[in-house]
Amino acid sequence: MTAALLEVRGVTKKFGGLTANDDVSFSVAEGEFVSIIGPNGAGKSTLFACITGFQKPNAGSIRYRGGEIAGLPADRICRLGIARTFQIVQVIGEMTVLENVMTGSFLHAPRRREALRRAEEVLGIAGLADKSGFLGTALTIADKKRLEVAMALATDPKLLMLDESMAGLTQVELKEIISLLRAVRKRGVTLVIVEHVMEAVMQLSDRVIVLNSGRKILEGSPREVVTNPQVIQAYLGERYRA
Amino acid sequence: MLAAFPFLFRGPFPLHVMILTFLFATLGVAWNIMGGYAGMFSFGQAAFFGIGAYTSSFLLTRYGVNPWLGLLAGGALAALTAAAIGYPCSHLRGHYFAIASIAFAEIVRTHFNNWKLIGAAEGLSIPLDTQGIATFQFDSKTPYYFVALAFLLVALAVSWWVSTSRMGYYFRAIKESHDLAMVLGISFVRYRLWAITISAFLSAAAGTFYAQYVLYLDPESVLILPISVQVVLVAMLGGAGSLFGPVIGAAILIPLSEITRIKLGEKGTGVDLMLYGALITLISVYQPKGVWGLLSNLGLSRAPRQVGPP
Repeated sequence: MTAALLEVRGVTKKFGGLTANDDVSFSVAEGEFVSIIGPNGAGKSTLFACITGFQKPNAGSIRYRGGEIAGLPADRICRLGIARTFQIVQVIGEMTVLENVMTGSFLHAPRRREALRRAEEVLGIAGLADKSGFLGTALTIADKKRLEVAMALATDPKLLMLDESMAGLTQVELKEIISLLRAVRKRGVTLVIVEHVMEAVMQLSDRVIVLNSGRKILEGSPREVVTNPQVIQAYLGERYRA
Repeated sequence: MLAAFPFLFRGPFPLHVMILTFLFATLGVAWNIMGGYAGMFSFGQAAFFGIGAYTSSFLLTRYGVNPWLGLLAGGALAALTAAAIGYPCSHLRGHYFAIASIAFAEIVRTHFNNWKLIGAAEGLSIPLDTQGIATFQFDSKTPYYFVALAFLLVALAVSWWVSTSRMGYYFRAIKESHDLAMVLGISFVRYRLWAITISAFLSAAAGTFYAQYVLYLDPESVLILPISVQVVLVAMLGGAGSLFGPVIGAAILIPLSEITRIKLGEKGTGVDLMLYGALITLISVYQPKGVWGLLSNLGLSRAPRQVGPP
């Protein structure tokens, strides 16, 4: 394993009396695909928020490429190379698909022509090239989710973090986004995703981290995780007990 | 056509209405950069307008500074004030920002009303000088007409440049959502400050023009809330967020308001202001994208239409 790209050590986040993340530690190597799973309220989104600068952890450290990033503002974290999407999809409704992606690619390409070129390239990867003139508001949920991934990709991240990008998709749409994430990975982007869709988690992940009630209860290969009795009881349910 | 106007309509009233139309179109374009593009709904543009008018006039009456230099000084001072007030307000969104902007403008007005150095409530009179472009004073309305038109064209050029550059994209991202802007690496504090300072500078320049046009100013003529409201209305009626929206808005509203003011305003009833209020409400409810949005829905403008899968 190469040196860790992201190293989370003892992260604790409390909201009043509620401990959303309790001493969570894990690390992600460059080029890896890691999924975080767990029941609702397990603290997955809070953990994402801590890593991407939307929340400041009460304790613990988050190191990215060796530097501490806990507590840095979200826009600075993005400029360091960590991009993310939201559980509730966010795109710029009044802009076309192309303009949305350009808003991302402007980060490392201040000139319009270069931003446009990069945006068109990303749209090709995301399979949205034929919809580049549509307004954000006119897209289906599945396309909005793909657009959101494309916008994040356009910022040229080293680490891409997706918060439930596959929830509520049809089988066809799911296949499309799985192949998109495979393509993203081929480009050398490290991925950390929060996901409930186990089918995708099983297919894509090198490693799965299971959270429950704010704590990490298990970490292992997808196969190890789905056969673990504790995980089945806390999250997956009896149907996974084969 | 615009160039021929002063020679076709020779009376002072049509020219006066056109000059005011250009002036408010300029103010609307300036507002649009922060309000339309970046979603920072300011109801305090009169403060920047007034700071511009007062700075150049004060420098001229007291120190004999050329008003063109005064214009730059006023623009710079308005931009600095905007940054100073914008920074602590940079986390205020939506209505809260609008309320803060009203409060700011009212503080400026009250302060100027009592500030002896700049004439307090009595205001400042600009002494007559030789006429010409160098002194920014003219003995007929025609040169003012062209200067006002030039100011509008400069404001439009700035607005166009902003909207097609990275800054304009970032403004629109910030308008959509602060969270989204941040995950795209956008420092929304920095870009909101850009929006407010550019807008303040252009508004202040329009203020200097107004002072040189009227040659007299007091707080009641440049710093009052109805001016701020009218600026918002011009932009919203025409179409906030579009380049030419504020120009269309001014072209409709200013002639209308000058006529209603002459027909109805003399009774001091403020009927024109009531009409504004009603208009703002109607636009927000039925046509938030203004006349420009209406035109683009009809396919008459080049703004992107609502396209999507059938």
